[in-house]
Amino acid sequence: MSLARAWGALLRRDVMLALRQRGQLANPLLFFVMVVALFPLGMNPDPVLLRSIAPGVIWVGALLAAMLALESMFRSDFDDGALEQMLLTPYPLPLLVLAKVTAHWLVTGVPLLLVAPLLALLLNLEGEAVVILLASLALGTPLLSLIGAIGVALTVGLRRGGVLLSLLVLPLYVPVLIFAAGAVGNAQAGMAVTGQLAFLGALLALAVALAPLATAAALRISLD
Amino acid sequence: MSTAAVALTAEGLACRRAERILFQDISFALHPGEVLQVEGHNGCGKTTLLRVLCGLTRPAAGRICWAGEDIRDNYAAYAGELNYVGHHAGIKEELTPLENLTFAAALGGSAGSVVPEQALQRIGLPFACEDLPCRKLSAGQRRRVALARLLLVPGRLWILDEPFTALDVAGRALVEALLREHAAQGGMAVVTSHHAVDLEGSAVQTLHLG
Repeated sequence: MSLARAWGALLRRDVMLALRQRGQLANPLLFFVMVVALFPLGMNPDPVLLRSIAPGVIWVGALLAAMLALESMFRSDFDDGALEQMLLTPYPLPLLVLAKVTAHWLVTGVPLLLVAPLLALLLNLEGEAVVILLASLALGTPLLSLIGAIGVALTVGLRRGGVLLSLLVLPLYVPVLIFAAGAVGNAQAGMAVTGQLAFLGALLALAVALAPLATAAALRISLD
Repeated sequence: MSTAAVALTAEGLACRRAERILFQDISFALHPGEVLQVEGHNGCGKTTLLRVLCGLTRPAAGRICWAGEDIRDNYAAYAGELNYVGHHAGIKEELTPLENLTFAAALGGSAGSVVPEQALQRIGLPFACEDLPCRKLSAGQRRRVALARLLLVPGRLWILDEPFTALDVAGRALVEALLREHAAQGGMAVVTSHHAVDLEGSAVQTLHLG
């Protein structure tokens, strides 16, 4: 089907573009590693203390790294007219947006997921808590990309939209942070985590369904 | 729906930018085989008019119909007939011309009767350029890559914003030939240009803005 072909082509192109500009790709990842690695240096490296702050520190780091990577989602497409062409296809824009967000998550979210076990080790996180951390990141990082896409679409037409983007998106990231860090904290304390993870999963399902619609509408406004 | 009924009509279009009226009361009807040339000085709203015709910008007044139907009512069908090449043509600097065109064909719903290699050959891009990323090409060569999508993606309505910019004499002649060919096959085109366009044999309407 030609919609599937267009969807796949868009996903492939975005991943290919990201792989050709590796510097841009490494930037948020490096930021994530540095923020988390600086905590044990800046405060008392007591294993018990580190373990107790680990969920929050890793998640705040991941959240800020995701914010840092957001801007690139539509910026170059807006500047070179690719976004206009995307609006002028016969295919539903929300689905094309979903392809772009998926590509963005693959190149910015998945790397965070891959280095997270290393950082967990650094902060003395052990056993089941590491597994739950990865589960929360797997559910949470696509959520960050989907929510962020709405903010980027609204601000892409502004020359200095960076501050506005943070103000728009950060409050919406707070629930993700609370549930995700809460799940890892619970796992450390040996308590049930299904509640928090189920909430993250529900939020993700909701965002997959609704965020592309909002993003598509915002893009049309930005390009008017 | 007979092909004779398929036409682009605009009724009383007006556009405002920051409380200033850019243009108003623009009406025309474009039929198969016709080319509309939009003229006017810099800043008179030519690009805005084209964006309005594409459905990217909402006009302050008036409506645009395709085959008698408001384009907002069935936008997907209209978008499938439309081929827009603007100032920025969506060419990715990091991709090669061939990759750019392959993507454009997939996104534009190309039927695949022309393959990207043939389109590049027809548009006159040197063979040596095919494997270079587009940022290494000259402005004129990039323009040619952008225009090559006209050959790839089917569309009865071409909307071209300054297609002759950065092109050399041979390039201009080529684009004129493409336009004549398109019109001869029953296509329609809306073109802005500062140059005199030689479209002998085609029905050309002129719209003067400002």
